[in-house]
Amino acid sequence: MPTFVYMTRCDGCGHCVDICPSDIMHIDKTLRRAYNIEPNMCWECFSCVKACPHHAIDVRGYADFAPLGHSVRVDRDEEKGTIAWRIKFRNGKKDMELLAPITTKPWGTAIPKLADIAAPSKEMRNSQLLFNEPKYIRLDEGGLNTLESNRLTLKEGVYY
Amino acid sequence: MSYKTIIEDNIDILVVGAGLGGTGAAFEARYWGGDKKIVIAEKANIDRSGAVAQGLYAINCYMGTRWGENNPEDHVRYARMDLMGMVREDLAFDMARHVDSTVHQFEEWGLPLMRNPKTGHYMREGRWQIMIHGESYKPIVAEAAKKSADKVFNRICVTHLLMDDSKENRVAGAVGFNVRTGNYHVFKSKTVICGAGGASNIFKPRSVGEGAGRVWYAPWSSGSAYGLMIEAGAKMTQMENRIVLARFKDGYGPVGAYFLHLKTYTQNCLGEEYESKWFPALTEMVGKEYLDTEGQHLSHKPIPTCLRNHAFINEVNAGRGPIHMVTMEAFQDPHLEEIGWHNFLGMTVGQAVLWAATDVDPKYENPELTTSEPYVMGSHATGCGAWCSGPEDVSPPEYYWGYNRMTTVEGLFGAGDAVGGTPHAFSSGSFTEGRLAAKAACKYIDDGKGEGIVVSDKQIADLKEKIFKPLETYRVYSNEVVGGSVNPNFINPRQGLDRLQKLMDEYCGGFGVNYMTNEKLLQIGLKKLKTLEEDMEKIAASDIHELLRAWELNHRMRTSESVFQHTLFRKETRWPGYYYRGDAMKLDDKNWHVLTVSQRDRKTGAYTMEKAPLYHLVGEK
Repeated sequence: MPTFVYMTRCDGCGHCVDICPSDIMHIDKTLRRAYNIEPNMCWECFSCVKACPHHAIDVRGYADFAPLGHSVRVDRDEEKGTIAWRIKFRNGKKDMELLAPITTKPWGTAIPKLADIAAPSKEMRNSQLLFNEPKYIRLDEGGLNTLESNRLTLKEGVYY
Repeated sequence: MSYKTIIEDNIDILVVGAGLGGTGAAFEARYWGGDKKIVIAEKANIDRSGAVAQGLYAINCYMGTRWGENNPEDHVRYARMDLMGMVREDLAFDMARHVDSTVHQFEEWGLPLMRNPKTGHYMREGRWQIMIHGESYKPIVAEAAKKSADKVFNRICVTHLLMDDSKENRVAGAVGFNVRTGNYHVFKSKTVICGAGGASNIFKPRSVGEGAGRVWYAPWSSGSAYGLMIEAGAKMTQMENRIVLARFKDGYGPVGAYFLHLKTYTQNCLGEEYESKWFPALTEMVGKEYLDTEGQHLSHKPIPTCLRNHAFINEVNAGRGPIHMVTMEAFQDPHLEEIGWHNFLGMTVGQAVLWAATDVDPKYENPELTTSEPYVMGSHATGCGAWCSGPEDVSPPEYYWGYNRMTTVEGLFGAGDAVGGTPHAFSSGSFTEGRLAAKAACKYIDDGKGEGIVVSDKQIADLKEKIFKPLETYRVYSNEVVGGSVNPNFINPRQGLDRLQKLMDEYCGGFGVNYMTNEKLLQIGLKKLKTLEEDMEKIAASDIHELLRAWELNHRMRTSESVFQHTLFRKETRWPGYYYRGDAMKLDDKNWHVLTVSQRDRKTGAYTMEKAPLYHLVGEK
């Protein structure tokens, strides 16, 4: 299914509706809580599961090939910069906890605002270089690779 | 009609679809654009949209020139080999020479790239792949795009590109509707960078119910890159080059890290290595130049992905399936076992869900693999997309018309899946293509090429009527029947999608026919597609969400039509294992060592097909 929503945990805040890439998390007008309106368009991407502030959303594997009785839960924490997973098998024999980083910098602080950066020179504009280049290509003083620098030609015909 | 018309005017750069390509474009455009007006229109929410919404556990395109690992031309040769020669090598070289600067910025922005503790270099998964903790890959690049863009319009399904009414073949913006409010949005812009996605769900999927959502490529990748550009009259290339993936069965979990890093391998049901025994016959089909089994270990050329698929498909057809991935050896190492699971959690959680549900512990059981239904896209191991100009300093005359990554429609640029002939760009390469397109689009505007655009009120009004017609159709005819989804006056988007998937599968070489087609089948398929197109005039949507599905279906249908036309044109079997032309089972370099280029006439809908010359990077002796 994909995703489903626990009745008692959902407060209808709409975070899942806002984030779902497939536009399938909608608010039920009578119950005022979220639900998955189109399970066969759900990728099990967990975007809504991670976004839910109440852990109200869970996933039950696709009915046409996944038997019941398993669990994959997640807690994503932007402040700590980590994501924590717990996987439980149907037969109870495996119960794993896995932790991974999601960023190495305080969230959103390390990305430059290009509007504040000095405009490129005319020479730069007429070159093949992009922002931060050539410096960022090799993090040294070397230039951009070209056909000439790499002693290459483009030839028409059958070459392997 | 009750929905409001909201016009966003005076845009310089409109980014349509902000996945990895679109975010790269929006970010870079600010640097070259200064105070130009940069606007993003995205179907979902850019924090989690596109193929990388879920995250990635690897960046599959990184040269490592700073450590002397590879040069750009090495990557071009690899992509050429993998695609049986069919690559726009100017574009591929251009992407590869810039891609490392993109990746180095990602690291600076906080994307966790793993390092090899011994060398200090990025942890290599394979020659081109580096390993990352990429759960938040998309939110991080979205942040960069947001910092550059003047405005981000989330939840706008862009349905059509606007065309200049004063000058033939020049783009003028785009239109669509808000999938929440239903309002009609008009974006008038000097340039458009199309970063929309490739196509999942156009061929019948192997799954029969809910599992249809667990497609390999995201279910929201609706072929909009192609639908939008084809209808604008842009030339397309290599649209026959659909891709079939060998993946973990049902969950379609990735196998790259398993093969390359965990050193797992495949075997048939008897526990035998099976690939090599299919190679002699395959060499007969494709020629020794493409599969030289004796010389392979000397040349270090990898075996093309499609040919490995071919061996897989034939072994299963010979009755020795299933094909298993041998994980039981690698998974005895607890460190490798953890990587194996993290790999899924980082990009295909559904595979972890499936193994938990079916009690498949790869430490004690070798999981099954399968070959997927075909997909149409241009950034993985395949190169469907628009025919775009290359860079000035690399491209030969046939590949160059002034602005890097500009399609044959003036002012319309592409990035990611939208650009044809550039396989193996993946996430980092798509972002890089967006950056290249953004710089070129700024130059186009600075050169005065976007001046004097006229968009008539009629064009805007006509498109509005067209876009909302499915709601009107539903309103008029739904009460003619007592209830249910059966109506003689219309079909709903799901019914249309089912029909499309069935005909693509049966006539265009889906899994159900073992990826086989021929001229007769293709012609029948095109005829059936034509009637589907007629029925699409009568498609009905009960609400705004269904309206979204209706327009996605339109883009999928237009993509499919192009795939049919290209498959019909190329009379050879260039990529055994991706699809077969039963009436031309051999690779034919004499006649078909070319790129296929199509154009759909905007007024008549007729297709023109042509061959474009293939240029290869050759070292100077």
